[in-house]
Amino acid sequence: MQQPPNSSRRQFLGLAGGAAVAGALPTVTVRPAEATPATLASAIQSVTGGAAVRTGKVKLDIPPLVENGNTVPMTVTVAHPMAPEDHVRSIHVFNEKNPQPNIGNFHLGPHNGRAQVSTRIRLADSQKIVAIAKLSDGTFWSASVDVVVTLAACTEELI
Amino acid sequence: MASALINVPPKAKRGDIIEIKTLMSHIMETGYRHTATGEVVPRNIITSFTCRFNGAEIFRADLFPAIAANPFMTFFTTATESGKFEFEWTGDQGFSEHASASITVE
Amino acid sequence: MRFPGAIAAALLAASAAFAAEIPQGQRRSGYSFMKPDTRAMQDDDTANPGMLWVLDGEALWKRKLGAANKACADCHDDARSSMKGVAARYPAFDQTLRRPVDLEQRINSCRSNHQQAPPLAFESRELLALTAFVARQSQGTPIEAASDPQLAPFVAKGRELYLQRQGQLNLACTNCHDDNWDKHLAGSAITQGHATGYPLYRLEWQSLGSLQRRLRACITGVRAQAYDYGAPELVELELYLMSRARGMKMEAPAVRP
Repeated sequence: MQQPPNSSRRQFLGLAGGAAVAGALPTVTVRPAEATPATLASAIQSVTGGAAVRTGKVKLDIPPLVENGNTVPMTVTVAHPMAPEDHVRSIHVFNEKNPQPNIGNFHLGPHNGRAQVSTRIRLADSQKIVAIAKLSDGTFWSASVDVVVTLAACTEELI
Repeated sequence: MASALINVPPKAKRGDIIEIKTLMSHIMETGYRHTATGEVVPRNIITSFTCRFNGAEIFRADLFPAIAANPFMTFFTTATESGKFEFEWTGDQGFSEHASASITVE
Repeated sequence: MRFPGAIAAALLAASAAFAAEIPQGQRRSGYSFMKPDTRAMQDDDTANPGMLWVLDGEALWKRKLGAANKACADCHDDARSSMKGVAARYPAFDQTLRRPVDLEQRINSCRSNHQQAPPLAFESRELLALTAFVARQSQGTPIEAASDPQLAPFVAKGRELYLQRQGQLNLACTNCHDDNWDKHLAGSAITQGHATGYPLYRLEWQSLGSLQRRLRACITGVRAQAYDYGAPELVELELYLMSRARGMKMEAPAVRP
């Protein structure tokens, strides 16, 4: 193919407008109203019932720049004993910008030995992830991480 | 068709804290996607994952659309006695799958 | 945004038909470009989602089906021995068709010729499962595809396709995968494009998929019309890619972003 004279500029426009270029469009994800800081706050509220949430004890392990937003490995660890009289009862993970604020809730008990859960999550955009641990004494502890999510470079047709 | 991959150590010493890894095959359709003609692709996700050991629940997870497809879930438990782990996944459209794994604790 | 500049530079520098091939000693699997979390996903068989398809394939291997009521196992026995090294030699020359076929096509021809069963659709769960199961038996085997001299004209055709600019973005495979590997395209590492891990679990797809699916995605990505599944051009490209990766170890099912 002959290389047209303005090819590098056309490349730039093509790539910059990549997601919007007509042609073979994949399934369009038309998102409803995104989760906002307000919905995130109320989702947290429904777990804590308005009780104070202290920062600490919880460690959220997520890559700061994800390989792909569709599958992001995440590990939540709570540095706290798991004894019958003093343990982590549950871990709740939230996000800021997905269509829905909840990611997952994990219910534990003293027999777990260690309050650590790993899974893989979906992140629609660069955003804050919040993990809240509920202890057997009724207190709440949290940690949050800011994650950068880039879109995949090339759009593709659905099969 | 096989749907789940479970990793439970076959043997452990009493008091050891062991890691259990599970992987279940499921599309986890979010309910937020649309087809090219504008119809919503209905939500179809696993909503709950439970693990019981010798009948008693030792771990439970509530899953939302933000959990990636083919949900991978790991957690820990203390080896107390020999027995059987039973795993259950339930979700939308009547989804229900079970798996089990045994452990010898000495 | 640095990548348009990089691509523009590549266009100017590599306007000749033959871009510089990657020297043997510098060849790296896509695995080495992945972040640690993604590599960990591939390394652990109970964490690698591709293994779900391998398990399905293992079950399908033993299932009697078709008018002949035969299972793969009835002719091929235990795949662990009979299929060892097979995927590392594909695409292979088909004596009847007098052209290369890839593993998916070979499985389908076995189904029609020997099981008297209809072919499985490309990218169907069953075909992916069987391909993944067979490819898995070549884990760690060095690729030796394209060594058959009868394949030479098809390897050449594949190479031509690989070097040919196409699409609205006017890019050839070589522009990224020979000239700009290890740079980034919108946050993703550009790999050298060695097909060592197919079929693989792609995080973007949240599913296992074939090399043909990936090639079609790339071709669509440069805004060209992708060849249909099973097209000879795709098989020739697969053949060229495997010959370009000769000596590298198979790692199916791999995990990639």
